Amino acid sequence: MNLNDQTIGNDILPGDIRPHINTELQNGKPLFVSHRKPLEESLENPIPQIMVKELNFYYGRQKALSKVSLGIPAKKATALIGPSGCGKSTLLRTFSRMNDLIANARIEGTVTIDGRNIYDRDTDVVELRRRVGMVFQKSTPFPKSIYDNVAYGLRIVGIRDKKTLDQIVEKSLRQAVLWEEVKDNLGKSALALSGGQQQRLCIARALAVGPEILLMDEPCSALDPNATARIEELIFELKDDYTVVIVTHNMQQAVRVSDFTAFLYLGELIEFGSTQKIFTVPKDRRTEAYLTGKFG
Amino acid sequence: MNGRKSFKDDEFSFDMNTMTGISSAWSETKIKERVLTQFNQTRARRNIINATAVYGLSFCAILVLFCLFNIIFHLLVQGFSSLNRDFFLQLPKPVGEPGGGTANAIVGTLILLIVAVLVGVPIGLGAGIYLSEYAHQRFAQAVRFTTDVMNGIPSIVFGIFAWTILVVPFKSFSALSGGIALGIMMIPMITRTTEGFVRMVPVPLREAGLAIGTPKWRVIKDIVVPSSLGGIVTGIMVSLARVAGETAPLLFTAFGNHFWHSSLLAPIAALPLQIFSYAISPFEDWHRQAWAGALVLILIVFVINLCSSYFVGRQRRMFSSHK
Repeated sequence: MNLNDQTIGNDILPGDIRPHINTELQNGKPLFVSHRKPLEESLENPIPQIMVKELNFYYGRQKALSKVSLGIPAKKATALIGPSGCGKSTLLRTFSRMNDLIANARIEGTVTIDGRNIYDRDTDVVELRRRVGMVFQKSTPFPKSIYDNVAYGLRIVGIRDKKTLDQIVEKSLRQAVLWEEVKDNLGKSALALSGGQQQRLCIARALAVGPEILLMDEPCSALDPNATARIEELIFELKDDYTVVIVTHNMQQAVRVSDFTAFLYLGELIEFGSTQKIFTVPKDRRTEAYLTGKFG
Repeated sequence: MNGRKSFKDDEFSFDMNTMTGISSAWSETKIKERVLTQFNQTRARRNIINATAVYGLSFCAILVLFCLFNIIFHLLVQGFSSLNRDFFLQLPKPVGEPGGGTANAIVGTLILLIVAVLVGVPIGLGAGIYLSEYAHQRFAQAVRFTTDVMNGIPSIVFGIFAWTILVVPFKSFSALSGGIALGIMMIPMITRTTEGFVRMVPVPLREAGLAIGTPKWRVIKDIVVPSSLGGIVTGIMVSLARVAGETAPLLFTAFGNHFWHSSLLAPIAALPLQIFSYAISPFEDWHRQAWAGALVLILIVFVINLCSSYFVGRQRRMFSSHK
């Protein structure tokens, strides 16, 4: 580990912590200001799956994100928190380029997933979105049957075989802990399900196409406490197999489900680190003020 | 103590005022009395206004029903007796010969409507979806303005247009030109209704489709259009019902025909045309047939409307959350 390596390390983002960082941290020298992570975590997550570098985002003239840089580790749950309008949903949506749909939106900087900048000109957005699933605040079942909702993404890919479809639909519904409730009514309209069931259906639908990353934009904000608890349990299980990024207004929820937390304020990333650290010993005054309810 | 005293003082001064009658005019009881008096005085006027509103508005509503029922009643009285098997199955008889029917006109109207649908629906539907899903704001506004202007153009102008581009070059009146004239009339109506209903599909639903890796055109085909299908079909039905009774655009396109049409490129009979020519004829027998024809035309429109309300209902059922 030569000096050169270390300077690269300084430029790279928090999740990208290689063994040589070890010495650095022990020397008490911060690798990346306010983005440090304890050694044991860094060893578990050698490479972040999503790397955001110097990301600026504009809605017309209004700047929504300002120089955001962070690395989101693979197969962990990362929570984005912050007061309303801080840009956390915008940041989340940049990971699957959902902001492409908004007229006048402009983006600077890079978002790299598995080493490829998804804002490159030659990115296949459809392919990207298949790999990066998304669940929205309001459940959005298609006006189709439960079965067809889950099978839809598979049919788009071109899977026609009934047996394969059946198996994947069942597996996805089981993963989303919905199978037992709907297995006898797969032909029923998805719109007849309750709010919590609809949200789990949306999760199953997102999982069916085999994504690696699951983005969740306040998935529980429209649900009652019971349904919320079920979704949270689900997220907790999903993070073994998927990289989960969740935007939430509910700080208890962030504590319950996430391994890492990023705090955003006025479009800037204020602090990013392990959830435990952020909530117990926040480094930034603003993080502390937000967590203790002084604003937001 | 001090406070209490001043309170008593107030009470005292109040009593004084009551006695002297300076500000007692607006004591609480007085205000109540005054309001009550006024209330009673204006009661009659208020009741009259209220009654006028209720009866006036319901009279308007009844008038609407009266017009419709009066028309249907007249049609039934005058036309029902002429509705028989022959009316639906036979060709018109020459003047002076009793009996005969308008089979050719009924079939002709249906053929014209089919041609109109083939022309109007794909173009109107496509333009409506494009306006809602793809068009840039300025272009969409230009197209929208054009469709509004087209909706206001008198129907005979569409007939002249079809005559210029289809009748004159082919040197013959034809079913095709009539159907196309009606189809062009349908385009702006279908475009506007389609655009409106497609636009109403919530953005999160489209995003959900895109978010699982669906190309945009498939989101439109599989999610957006099916979600708004009830509205779209209703728009098509309404425009169809409107052009079904059009006479003016057919005058110099379909032209009318007393016999079966020989081909789509030959003149064809149509119910509205038949009604028109029978109604202005001097023969009692033809008058009766005109009434019957009008009755059949209304029935066709009625059936189309029934279909459209069926589709609206289906749409509502699909989106309702009954278990």
